[in-house]
Amino acid sequence: MTIPRIPKVSIDLLVNNEMRNVVVRPSDTLLRVLREVLGLTGAKPGCENGDCGSCTVLIDGWPMKSCIMLAVEAVNQQITTIEGLKDTPIQNAFLEQWAFQCGYCTPGFIMNCHALVNIHPDANDKVIQEWLESNICRCTGYEEIEAAVKSVLSKQRSDGRYSH
Amino acid sequence: MRQFLAIGTSVPRQEASEKVTGIAKYTNDINTTGLLHVKMVTSSCAHGTIVSIDTSKARKAPGVRAVLTGRDFPILTGSPLADRPPIAIDKVRYHGEPVAVVVADQEYQAMNAAKLVDVAYHPLPVVNSPTEAIRSQAPLVHENLASYKRFEAVYPVPGTNIANHVKIRKGDMQKGWAESDVAIEASFSIPQSDHAAMETRCATAEIKPNGRVEIYSASQSPYVIRDMLSLFFSIDPSQIVVHTPLVGGAFGGKAPVQLEFIAYLASKAVGGRKVKLVNSREEDFITSPVHIGLDAKVKLGATKQGKIVAAEITYLFDGGAYSDRAAIITRAAAQDCTGPYRIDNVHCDSFCMYTNHPYATSFRGFGHPELTFVIERAMDILAARLNLDPLTLRRQIAIGPGDTTPTQTVLTTSNVGNLAQCIDKLKEIIRWNDEPQVVVEGHKVRTKGVSCFWKNSSTPTDAGAGAVLLLNRDGSARLVCGAVEIGQGTKTVLSQIVAERMKMNVDQIYVEMEVNTDTCPEHWKTVASRSTLLVGRAALAAADDAIRQLRHIASVVLGCSADHLEIGFGRVYQKDNPQIGVQISEIAHGYRLPNGNTIGSQVIGRGSYTMRDLTSLDPETGKGNPGPEWGVGAQAVEVEFDTKDLTYRVVRASAVIDAGKVMNPKAARGQMTGGMSMGLSFASREAFLYNKAGIIQNPRFRTYKDHRYGDHPEYLVDFVETPHLEAPYGLRGIGEHGVIGMPAALANSLSLATGIAMNRLPLTPEAIWREKKENTGDSFRF
Amino acid sequence: MIPFDFEYYKATSIPEAIYLFQNLFLQGRNPLYYGGGTEIITLARTNRIYTEAVIDIKGIPECNVFAHHDHKLLVGSAVTLTRVSEERLFPLLSRTCSEAADQTARNKITVGGNICGRIIFREAVLSFLLADSDILIAGPSGINKKPIHEIFKQRMRLQRGEFVVQVHTDTDYTKLPFIAVKKRRIGSVGYPVVTIAAMKKEQLVRVAFSGVCAFPFRSHQIETILNDRLTPLETRIERAVRHLPAPLLSNTDASAEYRAFVLKNTLLDVLTALEEV
Ligand code: FES
Ligand code: FES
Repeated sequence: MTIPRIPKVSIDLLVNNEMRNVVVRPSDTLLRVLREVLGLTGAKPGCENGDCGSCTVLIDGWPMKSCIMLAVEAVNQQITTIEGLKDTPIQNAFLEQWAFQCGYCTPGFIMNCHALVNIHPDANDKVIQEWLESNICRCTGYEEIEAAVKSVLSKQRSDGRYSH
Repeated sequence: MRQFLAIGTSVPRQEASEKVTGIAKYTNDINTTGLLHVKMVTSSCAHGTIVSIDTSKARKAPGVRAVLTGRDFPILTGSPLADRPPIAIDKVRYHGEPVAVVVADQEYQAMNAAKLVDVAYHPLPVVNSPTEAIRSQAPLVHENLASYKRFEAVYPVPGTNIANHVKIRKGDMQKGWAESDVAIEASFSIPQSDHAAMETRCATAEIKPNGRVEIYSASQSPYVIRDMLSLFFSIDPSQIVVHTPLVGGAFGGKAPVQLEFIAYLASKAVGGRKVKLVNSREEDFITSPVHIGLDAKVKLGATKQGKIVAAEITYLFDGGAYSDRAAIITRAAAQDCTGPYRIDNVHCDSFCMYTNHPYATSFRGFGHPELTFVIERAMDILAARLNLDPLTLRRQIAIGPGDTTPTQTVLTTSNVGNLAQCIDKLKEIIRWNDEPQVVVEGHKVRTKGVSCFWKNSSTPTDAGAGAVLLLNRDGSARLVCGAVEIGQGTKTVLSQIVAERMKMNVDQIYVEMEVNTDTCPEHWKTVASRSTLLVGRAALAAADDAIRQLRHIASVVLGCSADHLEIGFGRVYQKDNPQIGVQISEIAHGYRLPNGNTIGSQVIGRGSYTMRDLTSLDPETGKGNPGPEWGVGAQAVEVEFDTKDLTYRVVRASAVIDAGKVMNPKAARGQMTGGMSMGLSFASREAFLYNKAGIIQNPRFRTYKDHRYGDHPEYLVDFVETPHLEAPYGLRGIGEHGVIGMPAALANSLSLATGIAMNRLPLTPEAIWREKKENTGDSFRF
Repeated sequence: MIPFDFEYYKATSIPEAIYLFQNLFLQGRNPLYYGGGTEIITLARTNRIYTEAVIDIKGIPECNVFAHHDHKLLVGSAVTLTRVSEERLFPLLSRTCSEAADQTARNKITVGGNICGRIIFREAVLSFLLADSDILIAGPSGINKKPIHEIFKQRMRLQRGEFVVQVHTDTDYTKLPFIAVKKRRIGSVGYPVVTIAAMKKEQLVRVAFSGVCAFPFRSHQIETILNDRLTPLETRIERAVRHLPAPLLSNTDASAEYRAFVLKNTLLDVLTALEEV
């Protein structure tokens, strides 16, 4: 049996809690589809080679470099982009700590940090480094990003202590 | 006593909330349907003649609208020296140079077609370093150097690979050497590397049916794009508009004009339709201009007491295949070649060399991190020779008011910061006197290395800026200016400057983020840490103008002389009786009388400023005044070195800078620590690696290493404040300064730790191993 | 952005994947099995790989197994490096996998992809080489189990249409004392200058290497030299380095000469630590 050629496919993506139907080339990366089809330009291309983290989004709560993932792979998964985060502790911490300058790496960093504080609320320095070394920031000296993540972690911990 | 309301406080960035929510728009985020996509075909050969370019297959590929080669538009661009075709013509001079350009409906179609362009090269011998380039038998990168147009003072030497030669001749060298008790000599080298801003360079171009050219570009120099397009393509400048939204990091790399020319040509080839050209990371690394490299030699002569009486310095800059701003960096390094020290006899030859490497342009510090690496390593070598404490030596010859610079400018308390004070403060924060410089614990050695620096800009004598302050009905104000927000926070500082002058709440000042060359008053370029001076002065003038207008309207309303009125806190009021006054919101668009008529109309303040008293440098001696002020600072790096495996960790990096006035403490600290991280990154690991054929082996972040989270040290940052009288509130530029002393301080620290002079960057463990092997013959620790 | 088109098929069973492959192959579409896909995407972007169809195997249940079963540890080829690192069923494997690429990339990179990839380091394979694991391979001729030493020689020697389903390792091996060290040019992300994974079984040290030559390897000859406890450690190491299976790698991360230096020092640390166990 011949398998027909299918140059484009129509898929449903669950992005920021909304089901979105898109027509894509199967070889389109998730990054390009988010940016160019869905207009969600928060995720940024920095290398499109999996090396810099500026395209990081969350897939089922885990950080993922959307440049090394096909859009078709994301079907049936929850995609969260920076546009889906509103007033989260990590965004506020980035504001308070001045954890950005040009802001280009910021969405990717925030997504990664957001997942980190959720998945590893007890993260120590080693875990923080392991996670955050996936992203490059060329403007800051990383000091403020460190302060932002740590402030959320310690706030979470102290809130946890008081509420229990 | 003046009361600061906005200045000196950590006012949040104007665009902060946009940046944490993902709505901040950069050039490549602007999606327009129907635009065409441009892809470059780049050279796989570092030096060669183009034998043929076969575009036939590419033209037939799906979606392709046009394929261009350099021959289609045979022009030469570049400033100060027009030596560069936007697309290579007849020969290629570096790996990654554009040789053809494809325009297609979709980006993937353009990429696909680009691969189908067949280029045949006849390879030529490669010039692979500036030292090779200056040899008399070196192959020539440019055969027709004499014929190139020049736009600024630049001195190429036809028949050689010298694109520019800058001379500094100060004092009497013979006398200097005669007075010397000791002399030291050393050679240094710094490879080319990259700015690696996270946003790759990107431009769109459209030529409208009426001839209007519209460009969007991630640029530090939108006005220069306009002027260069006008110059090289003979377009009336009023027909060109350039837009620059937020820029995702620049560091000097987005000051030159490159993609904009190609995008313009591409649009022209498709009947003016809008086209977009975005660099891939690989192209951004090597096709677009890079961070300059340097080979240098220094000879210092000094008395036993540590007075330096002679300095002879030769720089061979690796300017790459085209001169671009490398030619001016060559001058910038020469003008400040001695570092911030009092030296009466100076001889410096600074050469911008053509090589078959990517071409270099401005990089944060504009030649100063490089010159500082050289002179500050030499200072440590000299201190060791004289058996003097390295900071004591530096402190006793620190340059100051009354001294003259290598270009023979006389320093004043205003045009130079206070280096001695920076050194004293640095000593305190790094506990210089309380702890030894070297501490050995088992196989770990902890050492502290230091570096001082100074920095002036190489500003055109007529560089300037303008600003317009529009008052809104509610009494708030909107500042419009031509400074680009590249992450440095200039726009926020400008809002503080205006708020301070108008005694307004700073959240009532909005600064337009996008630059539009049609509607924003012109600003030279957003470079050289000069925007806060140039645009800041213009903004102050605009604020003063607005105040004058407000007082005038208020004087009519209040029936008193404008001279008796004061402005502040949202009101205009009588100086001697502040109860009597009027809200700015009542008069910002004219005061409305009960009958509906108004007194006055919308208040629009305008201001502009042009640099003063600068002179170009004498071609034979270098005499002249190159820039408005020398910022100074002292920095230190503490490393922990492992004598077993030769790895190291930067434990602490420190800096004390004369900021003139710290406008926004958080922003200032961020500029410093970000610069320090960048300086440590490039000193410790960044370098393009070339093979013998000049092909770059590492044009990706996977193999081009830079600082990541966890590589950062603890930072100690402090400031001193010696006002620059010409600048708003006395501020001095600080945007580049964090970077400048880091390579030298790191190398000084590691030289101590390893016991070997580390004079070549980058300072990787492999480099340490190689130096150790060459110096001691050890290669295995057993 | 990938400049060419390909089709994407998500297989839900082994037979389906094989069927798809054979058909697509016969139609000349140069199909590729697709795991994490990170390498395929990056190579496709730069035109270093071409395919007209990819067959995603992440939906195949057998490829997602990660558990002890009947004295064996089963590692499905679609299990991510992150999962291997976090669920420490085979601590040596966790350790080596947690050093590949970076944390975010490891959420996507799979064990199968790492072992079968074109990138020459394939650090996930080191633990399996040491543990004499078996590889479960599916292909047109059915499902076969082969000893890793037979099928992995410098790289995975798969026939056309075959893919790795699982790796089986005797549970005993997952409990042996081990040490794994990765040395990079600088910093803590990136390809290895040298990676050494070692374990100790019945007083004998087993050692596998990545980054040293242009392929990962374990060498019985080197192990014999290194286990010769009558000879001083330094001499053993010098000797071992003279018996590498191929010339030392020289690339942007390190020159061959410097690699030798790092290799010797790392071996010294590794062996010293393991001999004390
Ligand atoms: S753009 Fe995806 S990792 Fe760089
Ligand atoms: S803020 Fe510019 S790259 Fe991080």
